[in-house]
Amino acid sequence: MTEHDITLTVNGAEHDLTVEARTLLVHALRDELGYTGTNVGCESSLCGACTVRMDGEAVKSCTTLAVQADGAEIRTVEDLGTRHDFHPIQEGFQEEHGLQCGYCTPGMMMTALDILEENPDPTREEIREGLEGNLCRCTGYQNIVNAVQNAAEQMQPAAVADGGETDDDGPTPATDGGEKQ
Amino acid sequence: MTVDSLDPDDVDAADILGSAIERREDPALLTGNAEYTDDIQIDGMLHMAVVRSQYGHAKLEGVDTSEAEAMDGVHGVYTYEDLVSDETPGGGSFALPTAWLLDSLKQVEHPVLASDKVRHQGDGIAVVVAEDRYTARDAAGAVDVEYERLDAVVHPSEAFSDDAEQLHDDAEDNVAFDWEIGDAEKTADAFADASHTASIDLDNQLLIANAMEPRAAVADYNPGTDELDVAMTTQNPHVHRLLMAGVLGHPEHKLSVRAPDVGGGFGSKIHHYADEALVAWCSMMHEGPIKWTATRSETYLTDAPGRGHETKAEIAMDDDGNIVGLRVDTMANLGAYLSTFAPAVPTYLYGTLLSGQYDIPAIYGHVKGAFTNVPPVDAYRGAGRPEASFLVERLVHLGAKEMGMDPVEFRKQNFVPDDAFPYETQVAVVYDSGEYTKPMDEALEMLDYENFREEQERARDEGKYLGVGFSCYIEACGLAPSELAGQLGAQAGLWESSLVRMHPSGTVTAYCGTSGHGQGHGTTYAQIVANELGVPYDSVEVVEGDTDEIPQGMGTYGSRSAAVGGSSLVKSAQKVVEKGKEIAAHQLEADPEDIEFENGEYSVAGAPDRSMSMADVAGAAYLAHDIPDEMEPGLEATSFYDPDNFVFPFGTHAAIVEVDPDSGEIEIERYVAVDDVGNQINPKIVEGQIHGGIAQGVGQALYEGAEYDDNATLMTGSMQDYAVPKAEHVPEMETGATVTPSPHNPLGVKGVGEAGTIAAPQAIVNAVADALEPFGVDHIDMPMDAESVWSAVQANATADGGAEPGSDDADHGGER
Repeated sequence: MTEHDITLTVNGAEHDLTVEARTLLVHALRDELGYTGTNVGCESSLCGACTVRMDGEAVKSCTTLAVQADGAEIRTVEDLGTRHDFHPIQEGFQEEHGLQCGYCTPGMMMTALDILEENPDPTREEIREGLEGNLCRCTGYQNIVNAVQNAAEQMQPAAVADGGETDDDGPTPATDGGEKQ
Repeated sequence: MTVDSLDPDDVDAADILGSAIERREDPALLTGNAEYTDDIQIDGMLHMAVVRSQYGHAKLEGVDTSEAEAMDGVHGVYTYEDLVSDETPGGGSFALPTAWLLDSLKQVEHPVLASDKVRHQGDGIAVVVAEDRYTARDAAGAVDVEYERLDAVVHPSEAFSDDAEQLHDDAEDNVAFDWEIGDAEKTADAFADASHTASIDLDNQLLIANAMEPRAAVADYNPGTDELDVAMTTQNPHVHRLLMAGVLGHPEHKLSVRAPDVGGGFGSKIHHYADEALVAWCSMMHEGPIKWTATRSETYLTDAPGRGHETKAEIAMDDDGNIVGLRVDTMANLGAYLSTFAPAVPTYLYGTLLSGQYDIPAIYGHVKGAFTNVPPVDAYRGAGRPEASFLVERLVHLGAKEMGMDPVEFRKQNFVPDDAFPYETQVAVVYDSGEYTKPMDEALEMLDYENFREEQERARDEGKYLGVGFSCYIEACGLAPSELAGQLGAQAGLWESSLVRMHPSGTVTAYCGTSGHGQGHGTTYAQIVANELGVPYDSVEVVEGDTDEIPQGMGTYGSRSAAVGGSSLVKSAQKVVEKGKEIAAHQLEADPEDIEFENGEYSVAGAPDRSMSMADVAGAAYLAHDIPDEMEPGLEATSFYDPDNFVFPFGTHAAIVEVDPDSGEIEIERYVAVDDVGNQINPKIVEGQIHGGIAQGVGQALYEGAEYDDNATLMTGSMQDYAVPKAEHVPEMETGATVTPSPHNPLGVKGVGEAGTIAAPQAIVNAVADALEPFGVDHIDMPMDAESVWSAVQANATADGGAEPGSDDADHGGER
């Protein structure tokens, strides 16, 4: 099996590693680099548990080869907030009971960030559509939808600044989704 | 009504029990700091992969492991002969036991690796141990197996047919057991005297649990101490330790089983599978750590499916619409072998619930279990109770129709009346408490039922087919007491154990033998213990899921954790309070009988300034400088709580659907759930359990089903083919609650884990049948996909003279 030297920037930290051509990104992250917050649910792109953000886009890391991510910036759940300083999406999931066993949650949150970047004020239907690539077997999704809405409200800059009123130009879409960089 | 969650810091200590506080489990799960089994990394760890059968049923003619053994990075390849060899570790049965027996049960051998025959696709034939998971799987693919294929059977009716291939030599005609409950003669008389009857012929399909985390295990054997540690995806570590000790022949006290964070179970992680024992054996063989993680494909082939009934049943009524009899004949799929608790599921967890919420004077149930070439079938969320509730509620729907009565009126007329509790059914159980009209009335109000019926009429006039379906479910959980369970065939007690330990500083660790995997026990148990001891919620740590830490336990399944585990924690905490009372009395120089305990303070009756806090008492107990003579130092207590009876949650779920008879598509317009699960420890967690349960019930009604071809090859072996509901597939759920405490346990709780899954399918099927009533459609088997709905409409339109879709005849009548 041929091996390749690649560089992955994960949550801002650069890692040089040697992987087989077939090594999946999720296994490089988990087994080689120790980022075990990203879970493997189906190894076939269908459940979304392994969703990470690669160069700003949500991708299924179980069907992305590590070599395809060479040179990319990867963001995983470990880069969201800490327990004392939650990211709004984490806050939303906690407040709305948007998780039970937690296995799908890291991927669910990474997809949710993608949804909110594209559409900072999604309807419930839009959230449900946006989550179609992420399965949850515990919650029945209702509280996940609530969690994403909760996060959307927190992430509206105007809402934070002046209690929900917006200026004439309407709410300003958060270009970075309010994430910590 | 949506429950708003609260920050625990904003809740008064006296109100902690019953508050919808946010879960303490969440921060680790939300920050990537959880530890699931596959997250575990140990230096030098090897990886195991399993060679599984290509066929559903075959004789093994030869297994050639030489090519796999020669591959770089492969440390060993083993077959059944290696397991049982005198040269290798362990001296156990290397066969999986059944922990529930029935008089007629045929106990068949279930080796952890097939020796001469494979009976389902998940059967393991060999295991490979290699340096990494990729190499292990490569090598598994290089094991050459020669098969002589045999005919396969998938459904019980096929298994029982005259020319069916036999799975096991010692189970004639593929019959696993033949079981009955109730009174056949009395029921036959009731039917003979009845003025009206309705019948149904249904399949309750096989389902696959699909916990998001695939099963996994990491075993680490230490040859210096002979200790074998197994971290695994388990709902019941102590049960797994006991069973695995026998399978491997490794002593129970030298075996530890730990559940790290577990990513959902729904029953599928109760049972003892071969794989976890094989990892443990390989670890002994290699004297070091080994990991196995199932691929999703493997979970589809090996996780015990649930349900799998073929049933004929009928209900009998008198002239006034009173139910006078119920008769059920079920063929239950047991799969290829007997899984851990399999014999209980289609018998005592099914037959005992055939009275539903109704006062039925004569019931008879007959169940015949079948060996087939699907994976061993066992408990999946609800386990027997969904099958019973589905059947009863479908029959009640049809019974109402037969009587020309409104389904609500028919149900209310036949409910067990409020003053009849405790109510002894004709099928061997005594319902603890219930007020069945309460959740029904609340559901009707939420639905605005009367208006809906008018809207339904109007819609039909416009060629739009709406329907409402009800499900007045009952479930039994917290299976108990142990003596009764033993009489019914359980090879285990069904108590729960806990230890409450005060630390010298006044904080607390509470250990419980249940093992949560998403239910939030860390939060709810801390609420219970903080309430009993009067200490701050944040001062209580909860420990579950580790045989090295928790004295004993039976695990989490059957919605038992709050009712049995929570009650055990109450008992342990009460013992702590009692011992503390003697210490306080001694220190305050008062008689223990004069000591009052409230909100964490011991005080002398009539002299409230003479008091000590629980923390002070704990400190004194460990200082032991001044405690009563003869008293041992320390402040902790263990209890084994064995309940007096099951608990019986109940409720009414209702769905409103629109069905397009031309396309067969079903849209759930509304879903209303009013559940009575007794007292609620944390209403937010209760709501979450109901939501998730309903989603799985919706999945069964509309989307899910394990399907096999004639060769018992799984056709739904991936998430592409097995339709786990997505966010768009699950309706917005409107929830309500009534509270009827259980009198049997100190918390008054009933259990909530399975309620939604038990309730939902029949609400939706009844709604579809109601919508399609103008077309003469009485029943559609699940999953009700568009094709089956369309076909049912077409079949009735042509065969039974029912209305054709789109015709003017289709607009009359509703189910009133």
